[in-house]
Amino acid sequence: MTVAIKVENLSKKYLIQHEKKSAHYETFSESIIQTGKSVIDKIRLPWGNGGIEQSTEEEFWALKNINFEINQGDKVGVIGRNGAGKSTLLKVLSRITGPTTGKIHINGRIASLLEVGTGFHPELTGRENIFLNGAILGMSRKEIRKKFDEIVAFAEVDKFLDTPVKRYSSGMYVRLAFAVAAHLESEILVVDEVLAVGDARFQRKCLGKMREVSKAGRTILFVSHNMAAIKALCDFGIYMCDGKALPISSVSDAFLNYSVQDKESNRVRFPVEVDELIIYSVDIGQDDVWSLSELDGSKQIKISIEFEVLSDLNLFRLGFFVKGNTGELLLRSLLADWNEDYEDIKAGKYCVTGIIDRAFFIEGSYLFELHASRYGIKDYGVNKRISIPIKILSPAEYNTAHIGEPHVGVVLAHDEWTINKYLN
Amino acid sequence: MEKDQEFQFTIEAGKAERHYWADLWRYRELFYILAWRDISVRYKQTIIGVLWAILRPLLTMMIFVVVFGKIAKLPSEGVPYPIFVFAAMLPWTFFSSAFADASNSLISNSNLISKVYFPRLIIPTASVIVSVVDFLISFVILMALMAWYNYWPSWHLLTLPFFLLLSFFTVLGAGLFVASLNVKYRDFRFVIPFVVQLGLYISPVGFSTTIVPEQYRLFYYLNPMVGVIDGFRWAISGGQTALNETEILMSIGITLVLCIIGIRHFRKTEKNFADVI
Repeated sequence: MTVAIKVENLSKKYLIQHEKKSAHYETFSESIIQTGKSVIDKIRLPWGNGGIEQSTEEEFWALKNINFEINQGDKVGVIGRNGAGKSTLLKVLSRITGPTTGKIHINGRIASLLEVGTGFHPELTGRENIFLNGAILGMSRKEIRKKFDEIVAFAEVDKFLDTPVKRYSSGMYVRLAFAVAAHLESEILVVDEVLAVGDARFQRKCLGKMREVSKAGRTILFVSHNMAAIKALCDFGIYMCDGKALPISSVSDAFLNYSVQDKESNRVRFPVEVDELIIYSVDIGQDDVWSLSELDGSKQIKISIEFEVLSDLNLFRLGFFVKGNTGELLLRSLLADWNEDYEDIKAGKYCVTGIIDRAFFIEGSYLFELHASRYGIKDYGVNKRISIPIKILSPAEYNTAHIGEPHVGVVLAHDEWTINKYLN
Repeated sequence: MEKDQEFQFTIEAGKAERHYWADLWRYRELFYILAWRDISVRYKQTIIGVLWAILRPLLTMMIFVVVFGKIAKLPSEGVPYPIFVFAAMLPWTFFSSAFADASNSLISNSNLISKVYFPRLIIPTASVIVSVVDFLISFVILMALMAWYNYWPSWHLLTLPFFLLLSFFTVLGAGLFVASLNVKYRDFRFVIPFVVQLGLYISPVGFSTTIVPEQYRLFYYLNPMVGVIDGFRWAISGGQTALNETEILMSIGITLVLCIIGIRHFRKTEKNFADVI
């Protein structure tokens, strides 16, 4: 397999200005005065004096020593919080800005799509903008002419081809812009958060187009906050945090890292006290082994919560929510769900244990969030502070004929099938 | 997996890309497309449209004729004053508009710079090309004017492309330099109109170089546009006006220096345009 992108020790530094008056750009005279000042300071204090020197700039490392390799044809999703350096990484990869240190080796023509409709001119017609935008994205006129009809058909703007785009509805504008970009021909495609546009129907269409493009054996690097989109499109994931990148892994592992690291920055410190409720511990395990982060799908999952309530409470609810790795809620399981008597609780210390049936979740990454509330009165908000990422593996006896086959659907059922053959 | 794989290109910190000039060639259509965009956008939503391209230089020429020719009565070395002025106005208008546009071109295209890669050199160059198109339109007017005055050109006119080329590089060098400075220091936005206005008075547009005292000539030739403008006049008037090799050589030399400084500074700062713009 050949390597399409190889990144070595990549770092990118920005200087942040801490100035009160002009925030954005310096003036020439100011910089001359600054230079003059520092020269005078050098003469006055040739050995330097850290205390006097007034620093107006602060270094900020948007990317810190990043290393990875992407093979040709891989689809890699880059995930991480806002400000983790994802967009900076894509900017450096697409040569919009240079790195501070390090190297990037690239094999093949690279096209980047960091924004939809870059360079569109409002005064020009749709037809003219297709050529303009195409050329800016690196297409030749011949190429554009060849794909013109396809672009127009995809954008569904054929009636308005000769209308200035400033008269377009925002939906039409975005459709046209995406259509041009989607027809770029390159071996490597770098895409940043562009699917967040248009209505749901068009977003699906865009995603479909991206998938079609990806099937053609191109290498794709994709940033999005739409986790479902990344899951649908990518095989691999890079998790980024504070300018650093974890090694490339499968998408679900990258999401797991995302949720783990996300929580690690505010790791739970027990006991967690909220008003009259104190949580001493929350633990997940199987059989009699606790504190697991990887569970066997063929066994029951046990959850144990130690807590104390300081006064008698009614309408009390305690339990957990299980979320999938795109954040969708899959299961709510509360202490009083099947027994309303548990809603009235006397002051004191307790330990509760919940059990989830075996072979219920399909293989994947999940987030177990603690929930505590009083129905209709208040939510203790502990889910923000106590959530545990869990990876669940496929039950050993499930689908044994095709072990590597990806799971489909949302849940497993511990279902029983029988087969009877008729005699004739 | 082969370890010593040959990569098509490498981005390395602090190093100029080896593929820059190849890229420039690969993106050559963008010169044309950007210039075309600027031209076609300019006259949108105007009533008389492209007519402005003719009207603008014509009106300026008339003002010059009245102010310098009729009121100040400056000598025109035996050439009809309108032609004398227009011949100089052609390169000067080209220079001033190209210089102003090129200097501001990066800022007005900042959305492109921060979102797409292509050799940045294309942006200021494309705006100079726009001015070349304007120049060609004005040139047609000049031809009409000469026909009107029954003033026919000689073989000297064939040297005109050389002088156009010279002014192209003068303005490109200066434009690249100021454009790249302008990205970081917006002061130049205010400096440029001033330079353009002052330049008109220190260049022999409304008058002839001959009125500059002999002892200051060499100093005067430091303005590279002096050689260009005198060259234009010489070519159009069929050698009737004065032109000496000193001013041409100085003009070429200074243009060369401008281009080297301009391209160097541009290439040096180019990588960080997206960060500071």
